[in-house]
Amino acid sequence: MITAQQKPINEIRGMLGPYKRILVLGCASCVAECAAGGQKETAMLASTLRMMAKMNNEDVTIHEHTLDRQCVRDFVVRLDEIISSYDAVLSLGCGAGVQAVAEMFSEIPIIPALNTEFIGETRAQGLWMENCLGCGDCMLYYFGGVCPLARCSKQLFNGPCGGSVGGRCEINQDVDCAWQQIIDRLTRFGAMDRLEMIYPPKNWSRKQGGGPRKIIREDQQR
Amino acid sequence: MKYVSRLKSVLEKGGFAVTSECGPPKGADPQAILKKAELLRGKVDSVNVTDNQTGVVRLSSMAAGVLIRQAGLDPVLQMVVRDRNRIALQSDILGASAIGIRNVLCLSGDHQSFGNQPDAVGVFDLDSIQFVQVVKNMRDERVVIGGDTLGQPPDMFIGAAANPFADPLDFRVVRLAKKINAGADFIQTQCIFNFERFDKWLSAARDRGLTEKACILGGVTPLKSAGMARYMKTKVSGIDVPDELIRRMECVSKDRQREEGIRICVETIERLKQTPGIRGVHIMAIEWEEAVGEIAQRAGLLPRPVPDDQ
Repeated sequence: MITAQQKPINEIRGMLGPYKRILVLGCASCVAECAAGGQKETAMLASTLRMMAKMNNEDVTIHEHTLDRQCVRDFVVRLDEIISSYDAVLSLGCGAGVQAVAEMFSEIPIIPALNTEFIGETRAQGLWMENCLGCGDCMLYYFGGVCPLARCSKQLFNGPCGGSVGGRCEINQDVDCAWQQIIDRLTRFGAMDRLEMIYPPKNWSRKQGGGPRKIIREDQQR
Repeated sequence: MKYVSRLKSVLEKGGFAVTSECGPPKGADPQAILKKAELLRGKVDSVNVTDNQTGVVRLSSMAAGVLIRQAGLDPVLQMVVRDRNRIALQSDILGASAIGIRNVLCLSGDHQSFGNQPDAVGVFDLDSIQFVQVVKNMRDERVVIGGDTLGQPPDMFIGAAANPFADPLDFRVVRLAKKINAGADFIQTQCIFNFERFDKWLSAARDRGLTEKACILGGVTPLKSAGMARYMKTKVSGIDVPDELIRRMECVSKDRQREEGIRICVETIERLKQTPGIRGVHIMAIEWEEAVGEIAQRAGLLPRPVPDDQ
């Protein structure tokens, strides 16, 4: 999923400055799973903003609403009936959600309430870990299910750098060395021969070389 | 004038090679690098110029390499993949060759988070092994990545680094093999303090025939003090200083610790000279270039062979 964290409240308040009728818009998908922008967080942020507005004697109307998915037009379209009552939307969607809403409603500012972080997993309660860069050319098979691009600090394709000690990355003792994990897993599978070959330079055009990426599936179009 | 790699020429003649290094300054003064280089003249065959080491902005290794070359020494241009993408790296290899640099050491580089630019993007478009292979293909096949043909190919003696002391030990030899198979002509190791571990690594390398395929230069660093030994052991990832060595440094008075550090370094070199599969030493006297000449002298490495280009 896409993970995100809420921006500092003062940064959000700063961006909302000129607006009097604000819709705080949550998203019940990824950002709900990472406790950043779901229904609960949306309600909390809206009430915090209402409280702060009241304390500062600001005449602001703040309502909240949560879509199942801000990044899917079929859901975003449901705002059609209510959005005209507001002069700004504060979106708790990820960057894709904010932009999908903005794309559909070009007359109204859509303001991000979150910092979108990474594609990752929920490892434990309150712990999310990055494990995918969305490079467009998955090589997890070769690396025993551990991505050296997303999880090695130097994105090395051909083994650990000289700073790997005791399974830890040189940049920080809290960071696991992805290469130690790759080697441990491939050793278990008896597949260390996969690491003898030299992996050639990555084809980055599938991530960023061709400008913003899109997927076109004619079989899915109607 | 024809430029040659003195390192290559010494190794090809079967000699025991000696390299050292110079860190460029945090400033634009050419004298800062030239003064350091002067201390190494006649004491070593070739001089590594480090590339923004520890992620700190410094005078570029390319410019420092040119200054050293103009001063009549043979630079080993260190190039990290942290700061440049494949276009810039390949372009700089051509540029380096054009201005008479004949050795390159292809490195990953210290992570940017350690230096004074922690907000920088880490490029890592290529990794160090891919970079070695790219330089070899440019030199031997006259092609860049993607297959485009070069005019005059670069003339480079290609090096890579190896750290026998990082984990996991078994894979360290695989990684060495990959670097050599990618095209490394020479290898400079991380500084050796723990011979037990080093010998294990080297023996595995010998078993794979790697010491026949590339010239391995053992890295040595003179310790300045017991404090430095402790710091390197605990604070620098991938450096292994055994406790007995720290004790040995602690057992002499502070004013004699530098002498003890040099003594250990000389003993290490003596041992490396007797080690099958070791073709030279790389003396990394960190901000202590004055020590290199004395170490080389006491380890019986002087005089250095007169270079072919002089």
